[in-house]
Amino acid sequence: MRWLALIALIAAPLASPVAAQEEIVADLSQNEVAITTTFTGSEILIFGAVKRGAEVDETYPLHALITVAAPSAPVVVRKKDRVAGIWVNTEEVHIDSAPAFYAIETSAAFADTISDTEDLRYRISTDRAIRVVGAAEESDHPEDFQEALTRIRQTQGAYVVDEGGVTVTDEVLIRSSVGLPANLVEGDYEVRIFLTRNREVVSTFETSIAVNKVGLERFLFSLSRERPLIYGLMAIAIAIAAGWLASAAFRVLRP
Amino acid sequence: MQIYLPIAEVSVNAFLLLGLGGIVGVLSGMFGVGGGFLMTPLLFFIGIPPAVAVATEANQIVASSFSGVLAHLRRKSVDLRMGTVLLIGGLVGAALGVVIFNYLKSLGQVDLLVKLCYVVFLGVVGSLMFVESLNAIRKSRQPQARPTRRKHTAIHALPFKMRFRVSGLYISVIPPLLVGLVVGILAAIMGVGGGFIMVPAMIYLLGMPTKVVVGTSLFQIIFVTGFTTLLHATTNFTVDVVLAVLLLVGGVIGAQIGTVIGARLKAEQLRVLLAAMVLLVCGKLAFDLLVMPTELYSIGEAGH
Repeated sequence: MRWLALIALIAAPLASPVAAQEEIVADLSQNEVAITTTFTGSEILIFGAVKRGAEVDETYPLHALITVAAPSAPVVVRKKDRVAGIWVNTEEVHIDSAPAFYAIETSAAFADTISDTEDLRYRISTDRAIRVVGAAEESDHPEDFQEALTRIRQTQGAYVVDEGGVTVTDEVLIRSSVGLPANLVEGDYEVRIFLTRNREVVSTFETSIAVNKVGLERFLFSLSRERPLIYGLMAIAIAIAAGWLASAAFRVLRP
Repeated sequence: MQIYLPIAEVSVNAFLLLGLGGIVGVLSGMFGVGGGFLMTPLLFFIGIPPAVAVATEANQIVASSFSGVLAHLRRKSVDLRMGTVLLIGGLVGAALGVVIFNYLKSLGQVDLLVKLCYVVFLGVVGSLMFVESLNAIRKSRQPQARPTRRKHTAIHALPFKMRFRVSGLYISVIPPLLVGLVVGILAAIMGVGGGFIMVPAMIYLLGMPTKVVVGTSLFQIIFVTGFTTLLHATTNFTVDVVLAVLLLVGGVIGAQIGTVIGARLKAEQLRVLLAAMVLLVCGKLAFDLLVMPTELYSIGEAGH
């Protein structure tokens, strides 16, 4: 994702002359999320301020968009069809990369804050955050599969669009909060903030949140990957011990 | 109380898991089935990734069957000799089953095959048991009913005879070995302990008394599922210990209660109940295959 920032830095000033005059600086309430055994999700507060040059064209109001994206991974979307009376997976489409979690917060209706061209360039909307390359070879209607992916993940709460979730005060202060669900995957979550005027991006800011398992979660996860045999034997030993304990306890209770 | 599962990477309610484990544990102790064919679909339903559910379920069955076997050992209703013979067949079968499973996976459609396997086997086993045990109950109600004599079939003509004192049998070791083998293969393909196939096979094919069947089935399930747990832990890294502990705490307690309930019921009643439960699960699976699902699409992890 580094290249994206690079393109943004180079491309943004060329595209819009107002870019250099307004700049966003921002920070998060926390840059780390620790997944413990009792982890039930986390609320991240995002706040920023706009640094302004001498002359700014204020004909159009200032808008802000914020995206939070979990690490991406390839997925397979399968479609069922009726074959000889039963429902069977018949078609499948490989999606090259889709984030496990993706949230968009905007200061107004999405279409009012950013143009389609800018959306395409920065890959902001959910559909554009998902990368599909070879789907056309696998199905006649690959877009249906991508829609299904977005629809299912939205129902699960993994893809969120919150229009009006960003507050812009006096065209200077920006505030928003993103709720990370309990079902998080580990990794660096990329946070991007876009300032727009007249549906064009004038400034961008990027940072990240490190999401990691800690304590017992970390220990068990590492053990299962690094010493799988010991982990497996431990699992069986726990099972046998629990079985014996319950049996012994019941013998005491029911002589 | 929400608990984050380190391997499954989802957060679930701990009490829900304890409860599920308890209910399935009761059934396990009553019928001598591991309960995998009930628990695995339930885990899918509450959002545990399928691979983790299957592997962790195997681990949980180890605990509930061990707890159940101890209770049966005290009542001397485990035929260790028969169990060992079945187990030898079972382990060979399980290894073969894994090979078959991986081959089918490379062809695709393995999910469908597993489901069809479930529907066919649950349907056949369930209906046979249901009809047979209803007949048995009807016969036992008639006062003039005479105890039926054991029929001598081709099974009794086979060589390598062995005496199974606890079961009161003197038969060849070939049928139990074959039963173990077939059940082992099916168990590996369907991702369960195989109790629901093993129990009827022991009653109807081997002619073992129902009282001994449950304990003996549990005895061999411990080893088959233990073996499966190790395979999953070392090859797929999908055994979630935290999930397993929550399920098995409920499960082992349930298994003890189930054993007590099972001892109070008559053998025929026990079989009718097991048959009804097997048919119920079969019906649900068949229904899912036949009725149009509300969401036609599903998301899977890309394997490559």
